[in-house]
Amino acid sequence: MPKAFLERFEKELSIDAYGAYKLDASLILQALHVLYQNDGYTFLVDMTAIDYLHQPSSLRRFAIVYLLRDRLFSNLITLKIDVDESLAVDSIASLFKSANWAEREIWDQYGIHFKNHPNLKRILNHKEFIGHPLRKDYPITQGQLCHRSDDLMDEMTPRLKRKGIESHDALMFLNLGPAHPASHGTIRTFVALEAETIRCAISEIGYLHRGFEKSCENHAYNQIIPYTDRLNYCSAILNNIAFAHAVEGILGIELPDRAQFIRVIIGELSRMIDHLVCLAAILVDMGALTNYWYLYNPRESVYDLLSKLTGARLTNSYMRIGGMSHDLYEGFEEDLHVCLRAIDTGVGDTLKLIEHNRIFHDRTQNVGIISQEEAINRSLSGPNLRACGVAYDLRVNAPYYHYESFDFDIALGSVGDVYDRIMVRFEEIRQSKRIIEQAMKRLPQGAVCVADRSISLPPKHEVYGNIEGLMNQFKLVFEGVKVPPSESYRAIEGANGELGFFIVSDGSPKPYKVKVRPPCFYAMAAYPSIIEGGMIADAILSLGSLNIIAGELDR
Amino acid sequence: MAVGAEAIFGDSVITSTLESALSWARESSMWPYVFGTACCAIEFMSVASSKYDISRFGAEVVRFSPRQADLLIVAGTISYKQAPILKKIYDQMCEPKWVISAGACACSGGFYDNYTTLQGIDAIIPVDVYVAGCPPRPEAFLDALLAIQKIQADERLLDDRAKRVFKGRLDA
Ligand code: SF4
Repeated sequence: MPKAFLERFEKELSIDAYGAYKLDASLILQALHVLYQNDGYTFLVDMTAIDYLHQPSSLRRFAIVYLLRDRLFSNLITLKIDVDESLAVDSIASLFKSANWAEREIWDQYGIHFKNHPNLKRILNHKEFIGHPLRKDYPITQGQLCHRSDDLMDEMTPRLKRKGIESHDALMFLNLGPAHPASHGTIRTFVALEAETIRCAISEIGYLHRGFEKSCENHAYNQIIPYTDRLNYCSAILNNIAFAHAVEGILGIELPDRAQFIRVIIGELSRMIDHLVCLAAILVDMGALTNYWYLYNPRESVYDLLSKLTGARLTNSYMRIGGMSHDLYEGFEEDLHVCLRAIDTGVGDTLKLIEHNRIFHDRTQNVGIISQEEAINRSLSGPNLRACGVAYDLRVNAPYYHYESFDFDIALGSVGDVYDRIMVRFEEIRQSKRIIEQAMKRLPQGAVCVADRSISLPPKHEVYGNIEGLMNQFKLVFEGVKVPPSESYRAIEGANGELGFFIVSDGSPKPYKVKVRPPCFYAMAAYPSIIEGGMIADAILSLGSLNIIAGELDR
Repeated sequence: MAVGAEAIFGDSVITSTLESALSWARESSMWPYVFGTACCAIEFMSVASSKYDISRFGAEVVRFSPRQADLLIVAGTISYKQAPILKKIYDQMCEPKWVISAGACACSGGFYDNYTTLQGIDAIIPVDVYVAGCPPRPEAFLDALLAIQKIQADERLLDDRAKRVFKGRLDA
């Protein structure tokens, strides 16, 4: 309970229909200060805006939502403010560094201005873009051609000045990405170099912005599942689970035990293969190519299993609202053991090469350090935060799917450098294996979907065998799952950290608004500050160790 | 009856045109530049690793400088923001060059029919082979590579390729 906050703002506070604390916009910075200082709500989970244009009952068109967690990470509160006609509110970037990019995104997507923001400019859409695409009156298919990339000097010059560098003569400016092998897809970092030392760095994202959130608004809930596959495509199923989990929370349904266990098993397997790609890639960046084959090839055996189970190698779309598309297949357990063994071997072989390897240690230890306080203030999560020694794992801090009943350890680092981030991932692969083995032993029999026919499809023999089954199937396919009006956030521990969905539903079969909380987004925002002052070769490793996945970063 | 060099030296020589000899040599040593932006690029990682092993077709020397590459593989969604960069990379490649558009997104925008996604890269650069799939399976990537080899075998560089004109949406 945020005691100090409730006492201080007793008169000004109200609680809206969906449990969010509502405040006057002018009080937001003050309120967050009290929450931060006195109640220990030091972790900004996410912030977003809602456009109520099509919900006439709302007095104001726009509202902004803040989600925060306390020091224990298990308590989550939602704050909400209405935005008046001036379309401007106070920036909270002075309190939470993570708010810097979050507010830029809201400005870009909704056109809401943040007063005193250090650098309010577009972030996902390109420089020539006109309008704000997540506003309800922006037509979804109205694309706008971009002719030139941003040279970023408008950010670089003032930033250099703040560091006391006025003259550019001794500097060399260099673009790392967006088309660079070590930039893992589409990430661009613009650096000012003095010899090989990075004096100043600026990251630009949005090159893979593909309008996920806008697309959600014109698709039914189950149709969104394939889109979620393509957020963090290295662990597609975890994204499926996170989204389905959030919708199920609004529907207020509990999955049958078997479904929960299967989600644990397949989810952990996804986490393992996600870490495998991250580790394989960073070792290649380091010049250790052999390990790439050791770590990538086990992924192929998991692809074989997933192809049998879901029909697809990479973009599986296995989950559904209320369960999953079908049960495990016969022989699954044997295949799973083959996969686990292959991963074991790959990880073992790699560790043999690097664990006591001087070059590996020199390149990774005490490189790209981020401190605990900084990491929390910048809303890092997952392996990146745990590498700093912060024991935050939603599977433990706010367990779901019986995670509290599994015996596993949280892998923690101590320094928060590249080495810790790599080793935490290696350890998590081991721990995931432990969880999978326990879950397989305890896997109960039963249904894999909720029995409610307004949520999950009837079994095929009913569809073909009786009129009721046929009607159910027809209605659900044509209309989709109807989700009661709500504004709610729910998260799971994704491969990269806290992966949550804030969903606004209005009772129709399509969401009114969907906002992902992508763990990469905040890691990427922290990246320039991590690499400034370091060598350019280390910047490459820092990026790899944060495991930035563009699909999730840019959405 | 053989004439020319073959009449004198018998089976020990083969005469051909310079162009077809070049094409034949080029076919099995394509140097790809992988413009991988999204999920499709992860599938390309499989193509390059042991199981599917693109080196069986002589195309494993993946270059990350467009100046050293002659095959551009666009694997992934191209947003409007990314489009000028794709064009720049393409322009920096030396002729002769070929382009594979891999996956639904690169070919048509895929299921991202929205404000930010370019609805097919052929609005910006010319494409030789389109690959279906979301993402295409590794076999499909290899099939596309074979299709490029076939194009190379069939066409005449100087006559057919050099004289091509293409004008995309970003060409002034
Ligand atoms: S075609 Fe499919 S798999 Fe490929 S980039 Fe597009 S969404 Fe991803």
